[in-house]
Amino acid sequence: MPWALYLGCTVPVRNLNYEASVRRTAEKLGLDLVDLADFGCCGFPMKSLNAEEALVIAARNLALAQAAGCDVTAACSACAASLAEADHQLAHDPALAKRVNERLAEIGLKYTGGVRIRHFARLLYEEVGLERLRAAVVRPLTGYRFAPHYGCHYLKPSEAMDHFDSPDNPRTLAELIEALGAEAAAYPGLTDCCGGGVLGVEEGLAQVMAYGKLKRLTTLNVNGLVVICPFCNVMFEGQQKTIAKKFGEDLKVPLFFYPQLLGLALGIGQKELGFKLNRIKDKDMMKALEG
Amino acid sequence: MAEPETQAPAPAPWPVFDLNQAVLGFADEVAREPGGAHIRRCYACGACSARCPVADHLAGFDPRRLIRLILLGQRDPVLQSPLPWRCSTCYTCQETCPQGVGFTEVLFAVKNIAARAGFFPPALGLQPDILRAHGRLLEITDFENKNRADLGLPAITERPAHYQAMLARFSLKTGEEA
Repeated sequence: MPWALYLGCTVPVRNLNYEASVRRTAEKLGLDLVDLADFGCCGFPMKSLNAEEALVIAARNLALAQAAGCDVTAACSACAASLAEADHQLAHDPALAKRVNERLAEIGLKYTGGVRIRHFARLLYEEVGLERLRAAVVRPLTGYRFAPHYGCHYLKPSEAMDHFDSPDNPRTLAELIEALGAEAAAYPGLTDCCGGGVLGVEEGLAQVMAYGKLKRLTTLNVNGLVVICPFCNVMFEGQQKTIAKKFGEDLKVPLFFYPQLLGLALGIGQKELGFKLNRIKDKDMMKALEG
Repeated sequence: MAEPETQAPAPAPWPVFDLNQAVLGFADEVAREPGGAHIRRCYACGACSARCPVADHLAGFDPRRLIRLILLGQRDPVLQSPLPWRCSTCYTCQETCPQGVGFTEVLFAVKNIAARAGFFPPALGLQPDILRAHGRLLEITDFENKNRADLGLPAITERPAHYQAMLARFSLKTGEEA
């Protein structure tokens, strides 16, 4: 079954390097990604104001996927969780499913369940698998060391994610990094929240939350931080300069979206992977991995 | 390098606690909301507060104490407090809780009730209108699609269907800042 690529609000505007690397690595690995023209917001931004409205919006997107005969893969962790949670709730609460479907009927849609929702990193881990990834690597990232950052909604609520990885001791992203020949750093604070969820409500709180991890990264001897969510990227890359100034630190931590690293290892060019849009780069590393 | 600014956010004001003003049905009201069902399971162990990353950085943010305030019927102080909106929704408390309270979801229930009562951060109050108009929080125009084309990415629909209709009946009371 094809995978409908769910981009959400942020990735297709602010993280074109993430999107390009998702598309190009998927193609190289033979994953069948398709675009559904009417995918929009996943509903998560509405959840604080009205959870049922958020659920209707999520279910609407799942209904579109169902009608198109697709499963769903999301680049954004908040979208992946919002859609997976909606599917989980509707599957376990028939009265709720009935109410939501009455709303969907008004726009000519229906969701009966069964669409699989996978974050793109989970898709790589489960559907492609580490063995096939290792076999596909043509330019191993041997000698490089990266810190994985899982973020929250990739793993949690774990119930809605079939407990595919541990929220306390996650391994999947580290294993995906190691499959490329690189080393994945284990470090205290691995599962710390980036703070992105409160950036719009209290900026200073979000910044102090991200600062802890950025500061620790400077002591880990890594080539960069590997993220798989646009909000984590906003906090660690977009806010890094502001945070450095605010806390009087000299921070220059390069950020990578995992599919960008994967793309390098698969032999895809840096231009195709959108590296021009990465704001903080390890120039020596990028030069060594050229061509 | 410039002198660092004050690093810690100002402590959040704690809701004033008054048992004489208790609304006895408040915990049940929360329990009836989506996500609020298990609020009464809390036995006050404090695992949520011990692991909360917001509590690490924002003095006054204390999930266990918020749960007590809800169970003790402190309806207005909780609904008018900015604290529920400071949750980063990391789900750490929810995964940690030995009683399955589901506190991240409980806070969504509290925020939903607060929003209906007109208490929500102004920035969040703008989002339904943006979604109605654009179907996404960030608008897609020719400019965005040109940038996308430059990187070989397909054009995105500027206004995905249905959002206007789906959110047609949703309205918020004029916001009082939470």
